[in-house]
Formats: sequence, structure tokens, C-alpha cells
Amino acid sequence: MNLPHSTSLPERPARTSTQEHPAVKWLLIGIAGIFAAVFLLLPLINIFVQAFSSGLAGYWGTMKDPDTVAAIRLTLLVAGVSVPLNVVFGVAAAWAIGKFEFRGKAVLLTFIDLPFAVSPVVAGLMFVLVFGATGWLGPWLDAHGLAIIFTVPGMMLATMFVTFPFVARELIPIMQDQGREQEEAALTLGASGWQTFWHVSLPSVQWGLFYGVILCNARAMGEFGAVSVVSSRIAGKTDTLPLCVKKLFDGINHPAAPFAVASLLALLALLTLGIKTYLEWKSRVEEEPL
Amino acid sequence: MSIELKNISKRFGGVSALEDINFTVNDGELLALLGPSGGGKTTVLRLIAGLEMPDEGGIFIRGVQVSGVPPQKRNIGFVFQNYALFKTMTVFKNIAFGLKIKKWDKARIQARVAELIALLELKGLEDRYPHQLSGGQKQRVAIARALAGNPDVLLLDEPFAAVDAQIRQELRQWLVRLHQDLKLTTIFVTHDQEEAMEVADRIVIFSKGRLEQVGTPQEVYEQPLNEFVAKFVGVLNILELEVQEGVARYQELEFPAHGLGNGQKLRIGFRPYAVDVSPNPAACRYPALLRRTYFLGVMLRLELVLPSGLVIRSRMSKEEYSRLGLDDGLQVSMQIRHYRILSTDSGQLGSEVSTNHELPGLNLGEGI
Repeated sequence: MNLPHSTSLPERPARTSTQEHPAVKWLLIGIAGIFAAVFLLLPLINIFVQAFSSGLAGYWGTMKDPDTVAAIRLTLLVAGVSVPLNVVFGVAAAWAIGKFEFRGKAVLLTFIDLPFAVSPVVAGLMFVLVFGATGWLGPWLDAHGLAIIFTVPGMMLATMFVTFPFVARELIPIMQDQGREQEEAALTLGASGWQTFWHVSLPSVQWGLFYGVILCNARAMGEFGAVSVVSSRIAGKTDTLPLCVKKLFDGINHPAAPFAVASLLALLALLTLGIKTYLEWKSRVEEEPL
Repeated sequence: MSIELKNISKRFGGVSALEDINFTVNDGELLALLGPSGGGKTTVLRLIAGLEMPDEGGIFIRGVQVSGVPPQKRNIGFVFQNYALFKTMTVFKNIAFGLKIKKWDKARIQARVAELIALLELKGLEDRYPHQLSGGQKQRVAIARALAGNPDVLLLDEPFAAVDAQIRQELRQWLVRLHQDLKLTTIFVTHDQEEAMEVADRIVIFSKGRLEQVGTPQEVYEQPLNEFVAKFVGVLNILELEVQEGVARYQELEFPAHGLGNGQKLRIGFRPYAVDVSPNPAACRYPALLRRTYFLGVMLRLELVLPSGLVIRSRMSKEEYSRLGLDDGLQVSMQIRHYRILSTDSGQLGSEVSTNHELPGLNLGEGI
């Protein structure tokens, strides 16, 4: 080809047709950055600044307060009971949905999502309506000397309801994705159903399960709405950490105290994020070939 | 170990997957279940393994009915299409899994796994995880795992489908050698007729849930029971003929049809190797244009076009091709050496007919 030199190839454009103008890129990054700073980072810093506003001694004073200690203990107890139970239910539900075909599967999936759709306060009220003194089961429970509403078991139930989807939702796509072949292979090698579950199914979803458990735990420890409805809110008895924060915040005596307690929940959140990032990295590394 | 399937039927949600299947697997045999996908061959394998239960009929292993016997108790080795290796276990643990379940002692497990590692050429990979293996390695681990507990029968579902062409060729040879060494009854599923022909002692051909034919590779190729088998196990030219005054015609091609009435329709089939081609226009009966030659390795496929536009596929060796001095675009002559009659109503293939001394009274190249 004989092209005159003056009409040689056009100058290479600064960007290809699929690339946005750099200004667009920086605008979007800027918006996201400012949003994260104002709505996430700033409040987080604020919690810690306020928590230590009356000094380290004041911080420790709040921590050593018997009501705070009781709230920590109760929070651990509620999460300690509801998270393991949700792991059992979540694994069972995910197992059923991921590995088997049955009628009503779609209905079950919808029910698992229900706690996400219902306001936690409404969830708490539902429990009051069922188990409360004037509720459906109230008179029967009363006659047998059982109390659920305004007691710790009620708070566990409410927490379990609110956190139910976390484990199941995390495991269902993994189990569906993996299909039944590994399990069938185990069966042909002589393994019983239980051996298959324990040695094959559970290990192959382990990272997803851990991930679901820490999210479930974070939500269980931080739950306010549902628990506040079913708790009698007696300091030192039926106050969890979030309820304790609210109570201290509504009081006027120690402006730093609610933030000191809140800093525990903030630390929990940071820890959860850290573990979550690690698990995501870990499961990615395990999938990648050498 | 002999396996017998008697009157097996299986439906999935009202859709029939298998209909009245009967065949026997002989002791020590290497058997292929061949057919297009959706033909029901994997279902047959899963039924033998106990992973599915038949709706009707029975499976007999060594003459004993095994319905109700769970997969754990059937002593079979199953190699899944995608290998289904335990992804959280190393190669060693994958192979040892079944032995641990069977509560073998540690030393015995060590020895048995080492034996299989050597047999399947997996040395040095013992501590790798499945995601660190190539497709061929994964498959060998899957086979080692299936063989570990000394099964009575080895079942392989599409064993060569997921590896690339070159490795597939090696694996075929390797499976044949392994089978010769172990003399283990082996059944494998494939949709590739060439693979079945090359590897298997006998082939069971399925289509749409029905068993079409059981036989040695040679039998199903040379004496196919019906048109489906004939087409599936090799290239087949098919012509739809109409009888006029004792001669069956399609375009310019004519075949003897003594005793058949006018207007009767007839289907015939012939393999490419049964078509003679000559560069001499007078050597064979019909003139044709050699439109294109396809290279298939040692063999060549010739695409011949008759003056009417009818396309016939022929086949010959490279040596024969160059000896005859053939080339694309050359005017040649051709004839059909022998063919099979496919009766139009039942779809059954008739006996083979040779055209060598037939068709008296017909002029060569008439009307062209």
C-alpha cells in the first residue's frame, strides 16, 4: 500500500472507545470515598473518641460496672445459644435445599428469607403475640410455670429468628453449586450417610460455614430491635450490650459511658470484618490451582 | 463378575429414561455403553452402582438380585464424569478414604495406596489437593480411589470426555492395558463411537432409553441391526429409492429390485469404503466430479458429486489415492460395491447386497 506521508495513521487516541474519561473515574471514586468517610469511618472514629473522652480510668470504670459486665455476659450467652442452634438449622436447611429435590422447596427458601424482610421490632412483637401473657400460647405456658416473654429464653428466640438466614443463605449456593457427586462417590466407597456428611459434605463447605457463623454472630450480638421488645430491660438482668448502650445513652450521668460500651460492639464489628476478609482470601486461595 | 440386567425400566418424573433393557456383562469383560447424550447410558451405570433404583426389572450380580442392596454394599468402583474427588482431601487421603471407612489398619492402607500410586503413575502427587492437579491426573486419582477397595466391577462415566484430545488417546490405550493387567469387569459410558470401537470388547448401544444392539465392535459396524446403529457407529450414505419396473432409482443411481411393485419406496445405506472411485471415466458405472478430499489421517474422505447434484461420500487410503492419481476437481467414475437395504416400514436393515454382477440390461451413464 502506498500512503502519502501526510495522511499516515492517525494519532493514537488518549483512550480507547471502551474507556471512560478519567474525570468520570475520579468523580465516582470520590463520591464512594466521601460517602464511606462520612457515613462509616467518621462515626466509627467518633465512637472511640467519645469512649475515651473521660480518660482511660473512666473507660475502665464503665467496663467494670456490674451492669456492663452483666450485659457482656448476657450477650455472650444469647449469642452462644442462638448461633450454634442456627448453625444446626442452617446446615440442615441448606443441605435439604442444596442436595434434594422436593415439593415446597421454593416456599422453604422464601421462609428462610422472611427474617430479612420483617422489621426486627415486628419480629419481637410476633413473639409477644405468640408467647406473651395474652398471646396464643401464653395461658398454656403460664399454667405450666414457663415464661418466655421478658426473659432470657425469649431474647434467645428473638435473636435466633432475626439471625436465622445468615448460615443457611451462605451455604445454600455453595451446596447447590457442588451438587451430589462427592457424596455419591463417598457412598460407592462404602461410607454411611453420617460418615459422608461428616467427612465429605461438611469439610467442603467449611469456609462458607465459618463465614456464615461470624456474620450470624455479629448480628446476634448487635441485635437491638427484636430483643428490646421481648426483654424486660432490667439492667444487670435482661440487658444485652445494645440495650445497655441505649440505656446509658438515654441517661445523663456519664456522657462517655454509652460510647465506651458501644466501642465493644464496634470492636466486634472490626474483628468480624477482619475474619471475613481472611476467610474470603483463604477460600479463594484453596480454589486456585498452583 | 457377571452382571445381568433384566427388563429394566426407569422413569424420572413421568419421563421414561430407560425402557425394558436386557443385557449381560460377562466376567472380566471391558464393555462400552454407547449412545448419544440423553440415551440413558449413564442411568444404566448408576442403576448398576445402586445410585438409582429401577422402576421395573432386576439387576443380578453373580445371579443374585441386588435391588435394595445399597451402593455401599455392592463392592463397585465408580469413576464419575467430573471425577468427584474430595476437594478438601489430598491425593493420598482421597485414595485411602474407602479403606479407612472399611477400617483397614494403617500399615495396610499405606501399602495399598502406595501400590495404586505406582500403578496409576501418581508418584510425587500424594500431598497435592485436587485443585492442584491436571485433568488427566485427577482422573487417575479417581480411578485409583475406585480401585482401592478391590471392587468386583469398575464403572466409568464418560471417562475421557473432560480431557483434551491428545491425552484422551493416551488414556484409551492406558485403560485397555489396565484392564488387561487387572482382568477386572469394567463398564464405561461414552458418546464417542470411535472410542467405544477402539477400547471395548463389546458395545451396548442405546438411544432414547432403548437398547438398540449389543455386539463386538466388528459386529455392530458390519452387521448393524437398524438404521440408527448403522449411522451411529460410522459414516453412512443413505438413499431413498423408488421402484419403477423392477429397478429402484434415486436420481441417476439404479439398483435391482426384482419382485417389488411399481411405486414402492426403499431405503438403502452404504459405507464410504463400499464406494469405488476410478480416474478412468469408463472404469466404473457413474461419472462424478471429485469435489473435495478431506484429510482424516491415514484415510481420506472423498466427496463425489454426481451430475444430478447428488453427493456421495467415499473413503480410501492415502496410498491408493496417490496411486490412482486423484485430485480435487477431477472428473472420475464411481460405483457402489455393496449396500444394505433398510426396509421403509420397520427400519430393519436387510442382508448385504453386492452390486458387482447385478443390474443387467441397464446402460452405463444413460441419460447423462
